[in-house]
Amino acid sequence: MKIKHIFEIAKALLLARSKQTLVAAIGVAFSVAFFVSLLGFMEGLNTLLDGLVLNRTPHIRLYNDIRPSDYQPVELDSTYKNFHHLIHSIKPANARKEIYNVETIFKRLEKDSRVFGVAPKLSAQVFYNLGNIQLNGVVNGIEVKQESKLFQFEDYIVGGNALDLDYRSNSIILGQGVADKMLAKKGDMIQVTTAKGEQFSLKVVGFFQSGMAELDKIQSYVSLTTCQKLLGESSTYMSDIQIKLYDIDKAPELAKEYATLFKIDAEDIQTANAQFETGSSARTIISFAVGIVLLIVAGFGIYNILNMMIYEKMDTIAILKATGFSGSDVKKIFIAISLSIGLSGAIIGALLGLVFSIIIDHIPFDSAALPSIETYPVDYGIQYYTIAVIFAIVTTYFAGWFPSRKASVVDPVEIIRGK
Amino acid sequence: MNKEIALEVKSINKSFYDPVKIDVLKDLSFTINRGEFVSVTGKSGCGKSTLLYILSTMDTEYNGELWIDNELMAGKTESQLALVRNEKIGFVFQFHYLLNEFSVLKNVMLPGIKANKLTEQELEHNAYELLKKLGIERLAKKMAHQVSGGEKQRVAIARAMINDPLILMCDEPTGNLDSKNTDIVFNIFNDLVNTNNKTLLVVTHDQNFADKTQRNIVMEDGRIIS
Repeated sequence: MKIKHIFEIAKALLLARSKQTLVAAIGVAFSVAFFVSLLGFMEGLNTLLDGLVLNRTPHIRLYNDIRPSDYQPVELDSTYKNFHHLIHSIKPANARKEIYNVETIFKRLEKDSRVFGVAPKLSAQVFYNLGNIQLNGVVNGIEVKQESKLFQFEDYIVGGNALDLDYRSNSIILGQGVADKMLAKKGDMIQVTTAKGEQFSLKVVGFFQSGMAELDKIQSYVSLTTCQKLLGESSTYMSDIQIKLYDIDKAPELAKEYATLFKIDAEDIQTANAQFETGSSARTIISFAVGIVLLIVAGFGIYNILNMMIYEKMDTIAILKATGFSGSDVKKIFIAISLSIGLSGAIIGALLGLVFSIIIDHIPFDSAALPSIETYPVDYGIQYYTIAVIFAIVTTYFAGWFPSRKASVVDPVEIIRGK
Repeated sequence: MNKEIALEVKSINKSFYDPVKIDVLKDLSFTINRGEFVSVTGKSGCGKSTLLYILSTMDTEYNGELWIDNELMAGKTESQLALVRNEKIGFVFQFHYLLNEFSVLKNVMLPGIKANKLTEQELEHNAYELLKKLGIERLAKKMAHQVSGGEKQRVAIARAMINDPLILMCDEPTGNLDSKNTDIVFNIFNDLVNTNNKTLLVVTHDQNFADKTQRNIVMEDGRIIS
């Protein structure tokens, strides 16, 4: 028997029960729609929240840690091995936070095919002068273009243009928290005092809002050269090299490689921010579970409706069998019924889910912590639609399988004799 | 051709076990040749419907041998039996049993669709010709539930004929028809036997109907008495 004819018979049976069919299909459609929009919304939020930290964190950070020498001088001479060491804590002297051979390291990293980008960074401890009060702070020297490419720096700037840091010398982008305390407006001059006691005047060209208030009360950004000036260092002075990779999972491995290659300290993102992965995967699992439960409930709806249909259509099944349709033909017909409900429901549901997602995407989401976000975030990933459609079809197949098995074993004699 | 055996029954026994053992059919044996018009009569409960269900291959729980077109039915799987029903047997029931979800034409075509030997156009053409022969071609496009009882029975006959079966089995085909429609149905049957050389097996209560057939098997208490 041709598939076409099986579907033809299935269609006739479906149309005879059009209302029930519609209810079943709507059930599937809503489950798929909610599954898709729920997961899209959840994943959108996940990406946003993870992005708050992960986007702004380099995958690998190269730096020179300040630490004491591995051996105290007295230990070097074996003569005194069994003596009591009175002088046992010689502190590091003239320790440099500077990274040696910056240019060579940069050249080497830029050639590496696994590296997405490299950005230098320099930080300086300062005091923001607010009248006669001095606020503790950190000024980061950055290369704006690289910083924007790697860490979406521009997204976090409010009321200003990030590139002004490069265009104007001695300019600063103040953390929003600092700016509020200092009553600083764009174009104002502010005073900072460096750790070495020198005073600098800097022009405010914008404000920075990271989403983490604590950070914004301390951090400000200046260009690399300005920062070098604040520290009184030469133009090759850099304390941090930030690396972004194409594949974040390779970070620990590469961090080790670079540490030995450049004889430097390297910290990978997994070590620095272990907890974020856990949070987002837990959220994803919860939303998947909810979505799959929705689909299973819809499957039970189809199961019910098919069961009822089989009781109503006993005569039809009996006559089909009497005229030569085998049990497996009858089974195929009922599975075809179930699958057409599932498939049409899934397609309508996927479209409806897209509509829901678009609606969510347009709901205003005003968060002081996230300046670049105006509406709720939604992930339109095709994978959610694929999973939902496949799962809907699988569920409806099984929802149809059990009733259709029942239909296939209907004894036509019993039905015909019963009349 | 006329003497070829269409259907042969060898010592068939059938019992129901619920609630107590009742022997419904007791050691039945007979043959039906091609082109014969046979009726089976008997009182209610004598087992004639049960016999028909066994002959139709739908009921497989019996002892004895059933040969259709020189093929033994015992040991065949459910789908092989379905194929036999589809190709060799046409059915007409007392309660017409048309499928209400389909048009008259589609109802007639259904067994042919299952057989899948002809294209849909050819099948539709054949179905239409059959309806024409039975004088109800004007109903072709109507839905099955829109036609009257006598007409339904004629549609059922057309459906039974669509695969050009070896034998036509009818369970009380005139059971709930008035005398005018009964005559129409009988004439159609007679015509099928005489001009198309079909084999007919009709189970009926209607003695007048039975008397007009070529051969009348009378049953009583699960045995053939004449």
